[in-house]
Amino acid sequence: MSFATTARLLKSATFRLALIYMVLFGASGAALLGFLWQATVGALTEQTDEIILAEIKGLEEQYERRGVAGVAEIVAGRARRDPGGRTVYLLADPQGRRLVGNLGAWPASEPDRDGWMTFELINRDSPDGSLYPARARLFALQGGLRLLVGRDVRELERTRSMIRNAMIWGSGIAIVLSLAGGVAMSRSAARRIETINQTSREIMSGDLSRRIPVRGSGDDFDQLAGNLNDMLDRMQALMEGLRHVSDDIAHDLRTPLARLRGRIEELDDESLPPGDRRRLAREAAAEADGLIAMFNALLRITQIEAGGRGETFGPVDLAAVVRDVAELYEPLAQEKNLAFRVDAAEAGRIDGDRDLLFQAVANLVDNAIKYTPAGGSIGVATAEKEVAVWDSGPGIPEGSREAVFKRFHRLETSRNTPGSGLGLSLVRAVAQQHGGRVELSGSGQGLRVTLSVG
Amino acid sequence: MRILVVEDDPGVAAYVLKVLAEAGHVGDHAADGRTGLVMAASADYDALVVDRMLPGPDGLTIVRTLRASDDRTPVLFLSALGAVDDRVKGLKAGGDDYLVKPFAAAELLARLEALARRAAGADVAETALRVADLEMDLLARRVTRGTRPIDLQPREFRLLECLMRNAGSVVTRTMLLENVWDYHFDPQTNVIDVHISRLRRKVDRDFEKPLIHTIRGAGYVIRDDGTPA
Repeated sequence: MSFATTARLLKSATFRLALIYMVLFGASGAALLGFLWQATVGALTEQTDEIILAEIKGLEEQYERRGVAGVAEIVAGRARRDPGGRTVYLLADPQGRRLVGNLGAWPASEPDRDGWMTFELINRDSPDGSLYPARARLFALQGGLRLLVGRDVRELERTRSMIRNAMIWGSGIAIVLSLAGGVAMSRSAARRIETINQTSREIMSGDLSRRIPVRGSGDDFDQLAGNLNDMLDRMQALMEGLRHVSDDIAHDLRTPLARLRGRIEELDDESLPPGDRRRLAREAAAEADGLIAMFNALLRITQIEAGGRGETFGPVDLAAVVRDVAELYEPLAQEKNLAFRVDAAEAGRIDGDRDLLFQAVANLVDNAIKYTPAGGSIGVATAEKEVAVWDSGPGIPEGSREAVFKRFHRLETSRNTPGSGLGLSLVRAVAQQHGGRVELSGSGQGLRVTLSVG
Repeated sequence: MRILVVEDDPGVAAYVLKVLAEAGHVGDHAADGRTGLVMAASADYDALVVDRMLPGPDGLTIVRTLRASDDRTPVLFLSALGAVDDRVKGLKAGGDDYLVKPFAAAELLARLEALARRAAGADVAETALRVADLEMDLLARRVTRGTRPIDLQPREFRLLECLMRNAGSVVTRTMLLENVWDYHFDPQTNVIDVHISRLRRKVDRDFEKPLIHTIRGAGYVIRDDGTPA
């Protein structure tokens, strides 16, 4: 890993997190070690002290029963039995001269407040004359005589330094390991974050088709990547939609605009009779109205596609909306001698925009009436959260079933019938805004459009 | 009618004032929200036409202020903002109607007249409507012309009622959709026209004087042809 990457890593949030964990771990580790120390070394020290105290107690009793003479006798006896000095005894006069005991002289160190002393002994028996530590307790007798009882704590010291060394080494290893672990962990996390950053940079520099690689482990990072990818899909779809719209607009608005201009130009003729002038003016206004309607419908579709559930969403009785549409369009169907069948029983209550749903179903029924030749039949039917509009007209060939949803699309066969070609795109936009979709079906004769919501 | 137009675009303002004048109404103009508020508060108008986007306090704020001071003058919002949410916002702020630019003069006039009429409250307490020899009993839900009873479907009744409540004024197709069918949308085809022809067949055909008239480019009106529009 290069220096720059290391530096960046050390500043990264993941490493800091690892560092925090390390500190916490270290603190609890230290507490644990402290406890262990107390439990081992501490206990051993206490044990030694208790042995010494027990000895002194015994001697105290002797002193009370038999006085100095008695103590001296016992001490002498015990010292004789323990020349090596595992337990040290010393009875000394006020000047520190030895009277009885296995200690050569009064030790130089000073006793602490409770009368405990630690000092060093030379073992006469050991060949190299090494010093070893001892711990003893002072006991004052009458006449200034002093009694010292202690123990060789050589073993204790050895144990103590062994444990201390083990703890130091152990802590050192733990620190190194946790540091290494922290670095490794943050590297792994940093790498995954870096992938996301890298992909984002590529996308921002223009390649909208890039997606963040998903590892497949289903963990937090994968979920993040998945969600970001979904977001990118949607953005890409919206941008492409926008591009389509501008293309479509340019293409399909030009003709009406040209016609409008033509009328206005014709109007600019002084010799025009008033009847003609009025006709031209009306035709121009009608073209303008058509353009305005197209423009509004386009805007509406774009707004629906871009927007989510807006203020206008509320509980809607789908079957009631369908019945209302049927009722509105029934005379039109009748005029064309079409049989209009309405099966609008319960379709459930959904959360939606009543006007938009009405418009969507109305567009479908309008289409059905428009494209079914006289004498045929059309119908609406509802199911749970679903509306279907069918007709006995020429239908839509399978190959065109996706294309008809594009804005301004007109099938070749219907180029001459009135209409803007925006009907189905609006229906699909409404379906999508309600979390549903539109499906075209119908084999052979007729078309069936199914709008499902929620 | 006396109408106050609060609109900052001079072109639109001039157009609206001209339309009002040609229809025989008196129009006053305020070019920004503050002036509009002052004028609305100091004089009695039959209706206000308020643009949503204004310099200073915007249209919604103006209307909210008016409503807060208990002013019940009917308000028609004009706006280039035509999203469904915008319409809802306008109505929630206290507006009575909402028209999206660009609009047809006929639509503006028809809606203003309907608003003023509604505010006058004359027809609220009415139990019957009458145009020439056509009579509608609102309580018994019965229609008669002359002596002959006319049998109407519920929807046809509502359609006729809407026309008769606005007798003498033009009712546009969108207004009919809103009042009779309770939906706000733009029909692609002449679906309303067919309903009107059916109504005509029942109300006008067998009688000497036609009462329901089509106004080109605007909508429909019911009137006795001796009466001025």
